[in-house]
Amino acid sequence: MKKHTLSVLVENKPGVLARISGLFARRGYNIESLAVGPTERPELSRITLVVGVESQQVLEQITKQLNKLIEVLKIVELEPSAVQRELMLIKLYVADASARSQIIEIAQLFRGTVVDVQADSLVVEATGSPDKLQSLLAMLSSYGIRELVHSGTVAVARGTKSLTDRKPDRGRSASDSR
Amino acid sequence: MADDDSPKLLTGAEALVESLERIGVEVVFGIPGGAILPAYDPLGQSKLIRHILCRHEQGAAHAAEGYAMTSGRVGVCMATSGPGATNLVTGIGDAYMDSVPIVAITGQVASTSIGTDAFQEADIRGITMPITKHSFLITRPEDIPPAIKAAFHIAATGRPGPVLVDLAKDALVNKAPFVWPAQVELPGYRPTVKPHSKQIREAAKLIADSSRPVFYVGGGVVKARAHEELEDLVKATGIPVVTTLMARGVYPDREPLHVGMPGMHGTVAAVGALQKADLLIALGTRFDDRVTGKLSTFAPNAKVIHADIDPAEISKNRLADVPIVGDVREVIAELTEVLRGSDLPDYAPWVRYLSNLKAKYQPDLQPTNEGILSPQYVIKRIGELVGPDAIYASGVGQHQMWAAHMLPLKPGHWLNSGGSGTMGYCVPAAMGGKVGNPDAVVWGIDGDGCFQMTNQELVTCTLNDIPIKIAVINNESLGMVRQWQTLFYGSRYSATNLHSSRVPNFPMLAEAMGALGLRAETPEEVDEVIKTAMATNDRPVVIEFVCHKDAMVWPMVAAGTSNDDIKIARDMAPDWEDETL
Repeated sequence: MKKHTLSVLVENKPGVLARISGLFARRGYNIESLAVGPTERPELSRITLVVGVESQQVLEQITKQLNKLIEVLKIVELEPSAVQRELMLIKLYVADASARSQIIEIAQLFRGTVVDVQADSLVVEATGSPDKLQSLLAMLSSYGIRELVHSGTVAVARGTKSLTDRKPDRGRSASDSR
Repeated sequence: MADDDSPKLLTGAEALVESLERIGVEVVFGIPGGAILPAYDPLGQSKLIRHILCRHEQGAAHAAEGYAMTSGRVGVCMATSGPGATNLVTGIGDAYMDSVPIVAITGQVASTSIGTDAFQEADIRGITMPITKHSFLITRPEDIPPAIKAAFHIAATGRPGPVLVDLAKDALVNKAPFVWPAQVELPGYRPTVKPHSKQIREAAKLIADSSRPVFYVGGGVVKARAHEELEDLVKATGIPVVTTLMARGVYPDREPLHVGMPGMHGTVAAVGALQKADLLIALGTRFDDRVTGKLSTFAPNAKVIHADIDPAEISKNRLADVPIVGDVREVIAELTEVLRGSDLPDYAPWVRYLSNLKAKYQPDLQPTNEGILSPQYVIKRIGELVGPDAIYASGVGQHQMWAAHMLPLKPGHWLNSGGSGTMGYCVPAAMGGKVGNPDAVVWGIDGDGCFQMTNQELVTCTLNDIPIKIAVINNESLGMVRQWQTLFYGSRYSATNLHSSRVPNFPMLAEAMGALGLRAETPEEVDEVIKTAMATNDRPVVIEFVCHKDAMVWPMVAAGTSNDDIKIARDMAPDWEDETL
């Protein structure tokens, strides 16, 4: 199962997310992660999808089926080198002062920050690539994780090109060009 | 008007009817109810739109399909919220599977009540999301005209399909200035119509390199109204043709190059053509499992040219060597242009091989079996007596397969439920088909099982002067299911005996609905009742043909097996005579 990141530009209308998630569910496609949010243009939303596929053919079907949705404007498969980030909030037990300082030290190593401190717990916030966050999690797991909140991946291609400023053109997107 | 200085203030309901009139809608099939009631007030006043009050919303949806198929326009059905809307679902799903352009308009509870499980509330947009090309939920009156305009545009263009417009009751009741949009704003919807010329040239190259090519023609060619272009292409190339269930009638059966319908119940010649080909030229078709059989063994030696207006169909089931996205009518015309006069190989040995198969494996037709009418004979006789000018609808099952093979079909004259296999399609689709083409004679070939699902629309036909003719092929059973039980379940007939030799009394049922009810039990009576039906035009006609229940559809490729394992009768494989290739 190979992972691919798709950046999907959609009209910001009610029900769009239901259409996309419904499409994945009924056609049996595998979503690893999904993140949706506004763009610099209020009429558009951007959905970042990480999909796991067995073959290039399945990936092509996914983009073609997504393209059939009327409210989908554009789909681009991002290169593995694209900037990919996730956000994680980790609530930990803190048994004593030495544990607290160790956790803070680990968080700092991963450029995380402590965003809530209580007598017996604290919350670490960290962002980064999926790999980096997995490493952080591995380091912290022995301290007793009470709660873990993990966002989907958001991603943007490197370089000057932008998904949103070009004229939306479904005909030339993704693997549609065949 | 759009260019008026001060637009009229209309209720959403009035705006809806005004919009439908501007689109040019002539007929709406529907049933009113609470949430859609505001729309029925101005609809009843419209001088341009005829509303046909159906007896069940499923009937309204299939009627809209039949209307769309025979008129070439978008069919319209209307229902209220909740159960009215959910009753449309089967018809919407059918239209989705067979790419039929319809717009379904449903009432919805007031926007302030949505999500409260209000009386007759159902999330019909959510329910139909997987089976519509697109859908709208409208909560403000000013959004109605653009939604209606967009809905009809989406339904009719690109790959046609059903579009749902769900209208909250307050959107129908509240007022807004009526503004008719100059154009449809759909930035994410631009179907590719014109094929890429490079792909056409690539296709031509493959064709010139092939020795056993075949045109694999699907329903898209019917939808694109490309039958004349197809005839030109076949004439220019001399390449044999198979037409799928959805494409029956698009190319004349009498043409020597036509080897018939492929698929689970295809002819030996048509199935053989696909299996033995070295090139499939797939036109407006989608490699459905009922055509391919076991996919991994389908047309094992063939390269594939696949032309379709829906890019997602290309390489979905079978990888295409040359994909062509575009309107199949343009694809065919451009292919003909490129191939005409070009030096094509001699396909004569291939054509001869298929012609031999075709001649060798003709259906063996006996009028009766043990003195009881054989259903194949009845259907063939209807075709012979009624002729090729009629429009034929069919239900789903054995009678559908026999009808598909034996009726004399013209392009666009064949209404049936292919992808969805919807029992109950026949009567309402025939009704809608007659409304869409009132001058045509419309016959429905139905089964006793199918007929009992939607025959109530005969009441609609009687009351609205829609004189269709329905042949009920009564074999007292769910015949196709029974056939599978015979072949694959040790003849254990679980729940397939309908006992319809006794109940219902079909002619009496027909008469109760205002139709003429007839019955035939012998070959002589068959001709007699068909002629009586042909002479009856002041009301619908239902003829019960009492048929033998053990008749089976042959040939058959058992589900999940290879097309190579086609049987011409139980345990009888055809002789492929491969050495002649």
